[in-house]
Amino acid sequence: MKLKSLLLGGAFAALMSGTALAQVSVKVGVLNDRSGLYADLSGEGSVIAARMAVEDFKAADKGIKVEIVSADHQNKPDVGSTIARQWYDQDGVDLILDVPTSSVALAVNQITREKNKLFINSGAAASDLTGAACSPNTIHWTYDTYALAQGTGGAMVKAGGDSWFFLTADYAFGHALERDTAAIVTKNGGKVVGAVKTPFPGTDFSSFLLQAQASKAKVIGLANAGGDTINSIKQAGEFGIVAGGQKLAGLLVFITDVNALGLQTAQGLVLTESFYWDTNDQTRTWSDRFAKLNNGKKPSMVQAGVYSGLLHYLKAVEATKGKDSATVMAKMKEMPTDDPLFGKGSVRVDGRKMHDMYLFEVKKPSESKGPWDFYKQIAVLPAEQAFKPLSESNCPLVKK
Amino acid sequence: MFELLGIPPQALFGQVLLGLINGSFYAILSLGLAVIFGLLNIINFTHGAQYMMGAFVAWMCLNYLGINYWAALVLSPLVVGATGIVIERFLLKRIAHLDHLYGLLLTFGLALIIQGLFRNQYGSSGLPYQIPPQLTGGQNLGFMFLPNYRGWVVIASLVICLATWFVIEKTKLGAYLRAATENPTLTQAFGINVPLLVTLTYGFGVALAALAGVLAAPIYSVNPNMGADLIIVVFAVVVIGGMGSIMGAIVTGFSLGLIEGLTKVFYPEAAATVIFIIMVLVLLVKPAGLFGRPA
Amino acid sequence: MTELASTEAPAASVVAETDDSTARLHRTLFIAIAALLVVAPFVAYPVFVMKVLCFALFALAFNLLLGYGGLLSFGHAAYFGMASYVSAYTAKHWGLTPELAILAGTAIAGLLGALFGSLAIRRQGIYFAMITLALAQMVFFFSLQTPRFTGGEDGIQAVPRGKLFGLVSLADDRALYWLVAAIFMGGLLLIYRIIHSPFGEVCKAIRDNEPRAISLGYRANQYKLAVFVLSATLAGLAGATKAIVFQLASLTDVHWSMSGEVVLMTLVGGLGTVFGPIAGALVIVAMQNYLATLGAWVTVVQGVIFVLCVLLFREGIVGVIAKAIKKPL
Repeated sequence: MKLKSLLLGGAFAALMSGTALAQVSVKVGVLNDRSGLYADLSGEGSVIAARMAVEDFKAADKGIKVEIVSADHQNKPDVGSTIARQWYDQDGVDLILDVPTSSVALAVNQITREKNKLFINSGAAASDLTGAACSPNTIHWTYDTYALAQGTGGAMVKAGGDSWFFLTADYAFGHALERDTAAIVTKNGGKVVGAVKTPFPGTDFSSFLLQAQASKAKVIGLANAGGDTINSIKQAGEFGIVAGGQKLAGLLVFITDVNALGLQTAQGLVLTESFYWDTNDQTRTWSDRFAKLNNGKKPSMVQAGVYSGLLHYLKAVEATKGKDSATVMAKMKEMPTDDPLFGKGSVRVDGRKMHDMYLFEVKKPSESKGPWDFYKQIAVLPAEQAFKPLSESNCPLVKK
Repeated sequence: MFELLGIPPQALFGQVLLGLINGSFYAILSLGLAVIFGLLNIINFTHGAQYMMGAFVAWMCLNYLGINYWAALVLSPLVVGATGIVIERFLLKRIAHLDHLYGLLLTFGLALIIQGLFRNQYGSSGLPYQIPPQLTGGQNLGFMFLPNYRGWVVIASLVICLATWFVIEKTKLGAYLRAATENPTLTQAFGINVPLLVTLTYGFGVALAALAGVLAAPIYSVNPNMGADLIIVVFAVVVIGGMGSIMGAIVTGFSLGLIEGLTKVFYPEAAATVIFIIMVLVLLVKPAGLFGRPA
Repeated sequence: MTELASTEAPAASVVAETDDSTARLHRTLFIAIAALLVVAPFVAYPVFVMKVLCFALFALAFNLLLGYGGLLSFGHAAYFGMASYVSAYTAKHWGLTPELAILAGTAIAGLLGALFGSLAIRRQGIYFAMITLALAQMVFFFSLQTPRFTGGEDGIQAVPRGKLFGLVSLADDRALYWLVAAIFMGGLLLIYRIIHSPFGEVCKAIRDNEPRAISLGYRANQYKLAVFVLSATLAGLAGATKAIVFQLASLTDVHWSMSGEVVLMTLVGGLGTVFGPIAGALVIVAMQNYLATLGAWVTVVQGVIFVLCVLLFREGIVGVIAKAIKKPL
């Protein structure tokens, strides 16, 4: 407690004398899942990514003192909101990063706004963060359900997969994913021949896969996440669904899921991500550094997003020579983004970070050259296509 | 899209078969619970964690020692069963004289520890485990494509269940066991080593859970939480069956799998709840469960 | 059920001579708790204290059923969580004032308790535990599948704290704190009254020896149901209050691990002691708060505490103290 108040006092003093000494102290909280389903794709790896951002930015040389704290929200909105409140109220945290799991992200989004701090979300999928629930204090960095649906749904139809059957996890997130994707499939001239709602969380999907098989749809869309996705893909392989000519489209699949499935099972799966370590020299170099610190595991797009988001924040702090939430946010939205992982981009008025998305297909075991060599790129979606256009936005921050 | 009345009989057969396959997991798990409950009077909350351990040990065998599925099928239950014996000897034994509820609480705590440790070590997103090469592919049965592995699961679990039933109901060892369940003090007086019997029974029940875990590894996601939610369903199965008889556990396990499977066709949204609804109905009509003896 | 009663049984036999001094001790303790409640928000983080109070009330309600009714419910999350949903929903969508929202949640929990209780008390011991668990699981699935009401996995977020009686704004943490402290104190006093009423005595008799209580002419099942409903209602009160404090009702509240947590709190604090659950809730909530960075280790630590409590420390914190000073607490 003493230490905390000491640090807090220090930060406060530094803030007061900030402009004179050009010394700013910021405290960054990485809030994510460190023990549950999303621990592998965010977890400690996101903290490592945040530390790398501070290191690469050479914050200390620029007179910015950065302290990173982290906590486990256990994918529970109540736990997450308690931690966020305490961080803001008591511990002097200025910025919260990551926060996978939409329900927790929405809770943190609301508290951040109430306390007038900043929130850069990398881990959550809910497109509501820049839609109905959008806030002047939040940036949604890495991906969202709209972009995933656009990527996987749109591209699959163009590639000839024009009839779809959905396996939808029976909860709000699954329904949203199905709805968004179905809309895009129909818009691109495809049709949805059927859908089945699967109990959530589920272990056995064979019965539903059998229904999907019988529907003769060309594409089976998996509107689910985490363990449900892994189970349904595993069992689809068993029932020879891909071998029978139907394609599996994972609507929310991360590289860590593919790792969990193994290529033998996951091959042929089509999915959308915004970052893949093996894209160019810069991403490869960075990912090698990251892997050394993370037990050899390559970064997920969520972890890459934490790095990229924090880097952009630090740039804005440097430019504004302070950490006032509104000023820094205005700067972040004004400055173009540029980093080795996502390249050049921007932050839109509604808090949406704009960058390209990629459509990948999982390699066959014979095509893979080693561990983590999982994807081949099928298509690139330019940012303007991938994310929901402002003209369709229902975010109150967007002036029409 | 499937229509309620328009389901062709073939598709129905397919779903019935799938239901039976799921039922086999319920049957093995509830059988293990029933055996343990019968003798130790403990609801083994660790059962789900031990099922998970079974799958993980199979994975470890393959990845650390290069031991294949078939050997793991024997090895993993032995290893996990051995840990069960350790748990019984050092922990459960100490509270055997107390109210049964303490057993429930202790095993609940153990489940938390085991799941937490595995989560720390292996993360939560799961590990890959392939179907053994001998069982890949499947048979076209005309009405459905039956993966060979699923066929194997049904046959294996039927054999395991019936063998367990046979041992307990028809052999001398089983007779000792039943005697010890009825009246441990008297059985002890007849010169039978009841404590040893108790330890071995727990080990056996745990080994059954591990065996189910190995059977599940190639088709379900191998992750530290795989048993946590399943165990609640199995509890419901046990309540429905009543803990009176071994056969009760087996029959209930298979038939509930079947009912759940059919629900997935007619009203998939209710598939997760149907077992609990049946449980309530059964309790209203027969509080002791379908095969249980009235208290 | 004898073991569960270990802390209470000796007290009953020496009731005559210690009655006065025990009552005096309890009165002192109540005053001490009230004093602590007054000081707490000035020394500790108020939101944290409110969390402890909500869980302490939840554990007290649970202990009423287990410690004094001898019934281990493994599904108390159902009442806690359902009440929290109802209170969040009515406050947010119907614009009820906080006290009405909390009352609505509490009432629903009581009704649910009556329904589930009448099913569950048909069986005893382990069966009872499993039936309550399975029933609670149905509540969980219901909550998961009615997103219109519960908000699905997002829960009901941004619940307004509103104005007490339509007058006093509770937006400030301190203001809300006084309401929560009052609810907690009211709940504690009520539970204390129940335990020490003739009704409570009959419950304890049934717990210790049901056949004898029945032979004495008590309708055991009616008493059991009554204590079950009381416990569910008070658990609901805790849940409903929590929803207003955190402005959130979510699936966590109805999940079975929440049922496990409340057992843990009661066990750590001291089963069948009046004040034990408060101590237990404080320890567990503090632990979760300060160990949050440890990630999965929190589960392991919780599990270890569970095991240690069952093996070595069955009386719990307050139970040990009660033994040391030879007075029931």
